[in-house]
Amino acid sequence: MTARIGVVTFPGSLDDRDAARAVRLAGAEAVALWHADADLHGVDAVILPGGFSYGDYLRAGAISRFAPVMEKVVDAARGGLPVLGICNGFQILCEAHLLPGAMIKNDHRTFICREQVLSVENTATAWTREFAPGERITVPLKNQDGQFVADDRTLDELEATGRVVFRYQDWNPNGSRRDIAGITNAAGNVVGLMPHPEHAVEPGFGPDSPDGPRRGTDGLRFFTSVVSALVA
Amino acid sequence: MGRVVVEVMPKPEILDPQGKAVAAALPRLGFHGFTGVRQGKRFELEVDGPVTPEVLERVREAATTLLSNPVIEDVVSVEEAE
Repeated sequence: MTARIGVVTFPGSLDDRDAARAVRLAGAEAVALWHADADLHGVDAVILPGGFSYGDYLRAGAISRFAPVMEKVVDAARGGLPVLGICNGFQILCEAHLLPGAMIKNDHRTFICREQVLSVENTATAWTREFAPGERITVPLKNQDGQFVADDRTLDELEATGRVVFRYQDWNPNGSRRDIAGITNAAGNVVGLMPHPEHAVEPGFGPDSPDGPRRGTDGLRFFTSVVSALVA
Repeated sequence: MGRVVVEVMPKPEILDPQGKAVAAALPRLGFHGFTGVRQGKRFELEVDGPVTPEVLERVREAATTLLSNPVIEDVVSVEEAE
């Protein structure tokens, strides 16, 4: 059975096509979901892609949280459906209270676009099970509001329960608390991160890697992870 | 027609990058002597009819659930507009 993975398009989403392509390269079927959809078309997992949904009006992700499809995503995520939020998708997951914390503008106040090294610190989630614990991966990072913040009690709890999934390595690109690049919920089915794994899935179009320029495909394992989690 | 004004500010312990950018731009235009700037948001909500205590209560609820994110912002005032 081929896994069916939904990719939500909000008004202002940018990376929905790339996310759908990553899903197909991982061997699954990509199902286009629209923000106004009243159901999830029976998908096995959902990706909230990057972009500037609703123009980042009010706060990044604040309006998208109330899109009709999000009601279904929130319900399904509480029931265990694997959900991945990338960049703006991460901001939406925080605004929807599926993940704790919030994102504010980068501490250096400028948009940033670079190839970013991350460590994978939790390999038990639906989206990271094909990584090795502590593995260093390189994926693109591009954002304006990428500074992850939460109060110390929340941060301590995330650390104590192993819910920090990714940490920035070598350099903190946006001032995120404790170098946190991505987190998960208690059940491990919902993961959000600022960097963009869907832009590192195909040789020739990814970040530079030891194999050659633009040959990095570290992001592909996010998508093969969920495919293997679904058949497991 | 009544109007309620809601003001939201970034929490004091949260760095305010926009305020920082404004603070850095002020001296470039010759506005010296300002030691800090914080930038917040002002919302004006209009209702048919008068602003009753019930209306204010509903606005307060909207202010803490949609107009602000309590992780990073405080609602500093909810008041009927003069």
